[in-house]
Amino acid sequence: MIGALLLVLAIAPALVVIFCLLLRSPRGAAALNLAGAVAVFMAAVALILLAGGGSYRFWHDYILFDAPAAWVVLCAALVYLLSAIYAIGYMPQLGEDRRLPQFYALFAGFALAILVSPLMNNAALYWIAIEATTLVSTFLVAFERAAESLEAAWKYIIVVSAGISLALFGTVLFYWGGSFALGPSYNMTWDALLRAAPGMNPSLVMFAFLLVLVGYGTKVGLAPMHTWLPDAHSESPAPISAMLSGALLNAAMLGIVRFLKIADAAPTVGLPRTALVALGALSLLVAALFIVRQQSIKRLMAYSSVEHMGVIALGFGFGGVFGVAGALYHMLNHALNKSLMFFGAGNMMRSFGSKQIKDLRRVGAHFPVPAALWLAGAVAITGAPPFGLFLSELAVLRAGFERAFGWAAALMAVLLIVIFVGFLNHFRAMYWDEPADWAATARTPLAMSLWCVVPMALALLPLLVLGLWWPQAVWRFLADIAHSLKAAAP
Amino acid sequence: MPLHPLSPLASALLSLTAIAGLLCVFVMLGSRWLDKYLYAFAAESWAIAALAAVIAVSRNNDPELYLIAALTALFRGLALPYLIWRMIRRLAVTRELHEILRPASGLVIGAAAVVFALAVSYRLRDSLNLGGAVVILALTVMIAIQLIGFLMLAVRQEAVTQVIGLLVLENGILVGALILIPGMPLLIELMLLFDVLIAVACFGVLVRYLTIHIGTTSTLALKRLVG
Repeated sequence: MIGALLLVLAIAPALVVIFCLLLRSPRGAAALNLAGAVAVFMAAVALILLAGGGSYRFWHDYILFDAPAAWVVLCAALVYLLSAIYAIGYMPQLGEDRRLPQFYALFAGFALAILVSPLMNNAALYWIAIEATTLVSTFLVAFERAAESLEAAWKYIIVVSAGISLALFGTVLFYWGGSFALGPSYNMTWDALLRAAPGMNPSLVMFAFLLVLVGYGTKVGLAPMHTWLPDAHSESPAPISAMLSGALLNAAMLGIVRFLKIADAAPTVGLPRTALVALGALSLLVAALFIVRQQSIKRLMAYSSVEHMGVIALGFGFGGVFGVAGALYHMLNHALNKSLMFFGAGNMMRSFGSKQIKDLRRVGAHFPVPAALWLAGAVAITGAPPFGLFLSELAVLRAGFERAFGWAAALMAVLLIVIFVGFLNHFRAMYWDEPADWAATARTPLAMSLWCVVPMALALLPLLVLGLWWPQAVWRFLADIAHSLKAAAP
Repeated sequence: MPLHPLSPLASALLSLTAIAGLLCVFVMLGSRWLDKYLYAFAAESWAIAALAAVIAVSRNNDPELYLIAALTALFRGLALPYLIWRMIRRLAVTRELHEILRPASGLVIGAAAVVFALAVSYRLRDSLNLGGAVVILALTVMIAIQLIGFLMLAVRQEAVTQVIGLLVLENGILVGALILIPGMPLLIELMLLFDVLIAVACFGVLVRYLTIHIGTTSTLALKRLVG
């Protein structure tokens, strides 16, 4: 049963790719993509209910379905579904109807690469899958073909490919380290590396882990390797921004988590954790500085992604039940919330015809309902109660103070406050400031399609529920993952 | 473990090909002509193919390693250089126009990178208690090519050069992987080659986009997105 559902995860998007290329009808492609996303989402939910934290191996041990993978797949499937709904309303506004089937084919291909990467049980295959996401999404980032989109796509592929080559380097060194214990030829599964880890040389492990951390950290968007992220996220079409931010970054983070578990099992006395915590704290710092002075609405959202990846990195770095469970819960909350924020930003950007924050004024007066949803999302993303991110950030903070990373937790608290003020200040200006230039705003903004507003509500609702009530079953599920990650530690 | 005893001849050939690979990177670093980069990259790939063949012989004629040698020669030695050669011709760019770093200074920094790589390798070898110059050599070449590849990405601005820089990064990993973990499943090698082909296809498209819209293939012109 689980094997069949996993096949659905892979086959549904693959079928969408094929039929989108065959059909060549924009509306048909959009509907197909939505159908694929629904199938994927239902499969992901069924999988997490059925598997219930167990580990399952398929296809000669190449596929591993365990609790962390199930969680990341669920986040990705959720974002894919929301983005697929949103794309139906958003994409026709770009006036590229002829190329839309291509777009949806790439979109589904991108989703496919993201969905399969957490399932890879082989460090090398995982690397390939992550690299495949880059290759597919480059074309999505460049879809609008404006000079800015092309620039963003170029920076994206160069920076990320160069960065991820370091991850391959680190993977090779891990394999080499394992070969001292397991012999020259063995199957490079996560379990095999974990078994070999206690015998690995600490300086070799440290060197290899740093390479992997920088490599996948580039893909995750941890500062100072984040430079591609604001460009790619701000220049791609809004549904793709949401996919990049809500789904892709989590999938790459899982690689760091898996390698962290291996590095922890080696005699490295906590140094890998310190490195991860340092990068997480730096990401928060960089994000805070750029959020406060940001001028473009989509770049504001992109830097907020850097911030939240920093929080997740801190959570995994702190470790412990609260750290890991908080970080995983944060993944889900961030996936929901960032989709909402990018959808809102895309709507406002299209309606007002500008990406500049200074051109978006009196948003609330023009669009009462979407504006209210977007404002609620903004309050949520800065970590204010009663939304899910408040709970998960609190759990991460608590883990930091409990586990001898007090300095990082204190820094995190201060920076979160800075970001809260800086981020909401932009929203205050957009909602309540008078426009500087009355002539420019005499023209009324364009209306929004219902398809563009509904997914915002669909994202906000669970966010509110998750903030008011952290279900016991979810907590247990996440705590079990935390224990499984910790079990290997000496 | 990679440290099975090598015959003196095999170990000499191994060193020779690995050093040849490293030298090719210096050719790129010391030049400003795109075709020189291309030839150096092709030569480096052939050196790696030879390296794979030497390792294959020394490991009892392992057929997988022969296959790797053949694939490396075919893809990285012929197909990729041909694609890049076509790209260079179509773009009609022959050299780097704006030098951020003169080739002479580049060579000096490259030499410093090799020394640094050597120091790191010695440290690693000492902590692993391994004898043998082969490990030192593999680690040094691997780290040095990575460092120099990143240097090229940073100081050269032609789009084609950046593509070659990325390929050089992966070549470095290939050298190290072949020497350190020849028992690595073929899967990685195949995927490495496959992956690079897709990457070049992407770059082909992107470079064309760049010329259509921006009118130059210099990445220095990419400065609209800041802050």
